[in-house]
Amino acid sequence: MIKNISNLGDAALYCDFGNDISKETNSNVIRYFKTIQKENIEGVNNLTPSYNKLIVSFDLRKTNFKSLKRLIENLDIKKSENLKNKRIQIPVCRDESFSLDIKKLEEKLKINKEKIYKNFFNKEFFCYMTGFIAGMPFLGDLDKNLRAKRLETPRVKVPKGSVGFTEQFANIYTFESPGGWNIVGNTPLNIFDSSKEKEPNLINPGDTVIFNEISIDEHQKYNE
Amino acid sequence: MSKNHFKIIRAGINTTFQDQGRNNLYHIGIPFSGAMDNRNYLLSNKLAGNESESPALEFAYQGPLLKYHGDKINIVVTGDVNFNIKKKKDLINGQCYQSYILENDDELDIISTNKSVYGYIAFGGKLDLRYQWSSCSINTKANIGSNNGRKLEDNQEIKISHINKNLSNKKLNYVNTKLENIRIIKGTNFNYFSEKGKKIFLEQEFNVSKLSDRMGMRLEGKKIENVVDTNIKSEGLIKGVIQVPADGKPIIMLSDHGTIGGYPKIGVVISADYDKLVQLPTGSKIKFKEVDLASAESLFKLYELETQNLISQI
Repeated sequence: MIKNISNLGDAALYCDFGNDISKETNSNVIRYFKTIQKENIEGVNNLTPSYNKLIVSFDLRKTNFKSLKRLIENLDIKKSENLKNKRIQIPVCRDESFSLDIKKLEEKLKINKEKIYKNFFNKEFFCYMTGFIAGMPFLGDLDKNLRAKRLETPRVKVPKGSVGFTEQFANIYTFESPGGWNIVGNTPLNIFDSSKEKEPNLINPGDTVIFNEISIDEHQKYNE
Repeated sequence: MSKNHFKIIRAGINTTFQDQGRNNLYHIGIPFSGAMDNRNYLLSNKLAGNESESPALEFAYQGPLLKYHGDKINIVVTGDVNFNIKKKKDLINGQCYQSYILENDDELDIISTNKSVYGYIAFGGKLDLRYQWSSCSINTKANIGSNNGRKLEDNQEIKISHINKNLSNKKLNYVNTKLENIRIIKGTNFNYFSEKGKKIFLEQEFNVSKLSDRMGMRLEGKKIENVVDTNIKSEGLIKGVIQVPADGKPIIMLSDHGTIGGYPKIGVVISADYDKLVQLPTGSKIKFKEVDLASAESLFKLYELETQNLISQI
């Protein structure tokens, strides 16, 4: 499952699951992540799962690379580990005031916006990871016809709730932040809530997400 | 209005409450945060008679001007800092690593840090602060922590809910030393860079740019050329990682860094040198030196031993 464990600096393990970016590879990452989290290993202070990597950072006062590597190599990872995934519907409004990059995207992809949205709404997405900014989900995979590079010059401020595309992934800006993804719409749903300390993220790695279209009226009234 | 409190007359450039930071939240996108210079933070608390991991006020470059209202209280400033204490009849030129007793209407004026970035004020007592994920550290990017996750502003109050009874004076002889080099371990993408690029990274000087803050330190210097790919598949980051984007200029991840990044990692600053790294102000020169993992681990043991020795002298 883990192809290789190396050190990232003196206080983290860099677990590589191979070059392939797929749900299968990512499910392995998440299985390791959940198992290590449950084990509550002395000295481990953070776990960062991503598409095909897991970074385990630790307190150098309590453990070190060598002993933690041995421990993790010998973990019993059950294939049947129940990932308890949720299925989440996300309402998205594609009104012009929200779809900041749709025109550029039509040019980049050489297809019209009706086709872009047809291939995006009501399709199943898989959450590979969350992060960069608090709660931001990285969701895949976008239809092959919808894959575009990041903006050449990233925006200084992307509005909260913006839904963006880059390469095979869609994401949601959980609050206003700089960013370079192609913005196609906006959700009124709160994706990250820091007042819920136990579960601040609406979407977690392994969850399934479906985007549903709503009108501008529905968007405005959503939080009333 | 609470009885014992400080009124913030001038907040300073970037003044926040910090403590030991938050663990186990990288996977949801929340960084560690916490005091940038951990040793100076721990020493400030110990000198003020607090538990060493209590919240302290961290400031950058120009610090706050605070006016005190209440019963006698100890305060301590650590770092390399110019500050004054204005009493009714006296103007005291403050010394770092020494506790002072403030009385009603006294003022603490943190003028500036000397050739360094961060300093700390510890108050001898307990502060009335909101904790989030067992830390009051302010993360201004995600608006998490005390003060609604925002830096302190003029006219706010710092409320003291309890004052330590023991007001005895404490002092420590300690001078912050500067490092010639910042030591690093090669990063996971070290081989993405040309031979010339690697040489530039390990042998040339870089300048700390003004675009540096609690999230990251941007460096200016000769371009480090990438010969493989200027992007990697986004993956986790940790404190001290040095990423090199397409423009060839290194960015070092600091305590409030984004948890995921997609630029190649050329190196990672060793844990023992982190406190010294964050204290390098805008315009400083920085030069990297490579060490292996075993040396980095021994250097950290030494650093930790020194810190514990200083704490036990107080």
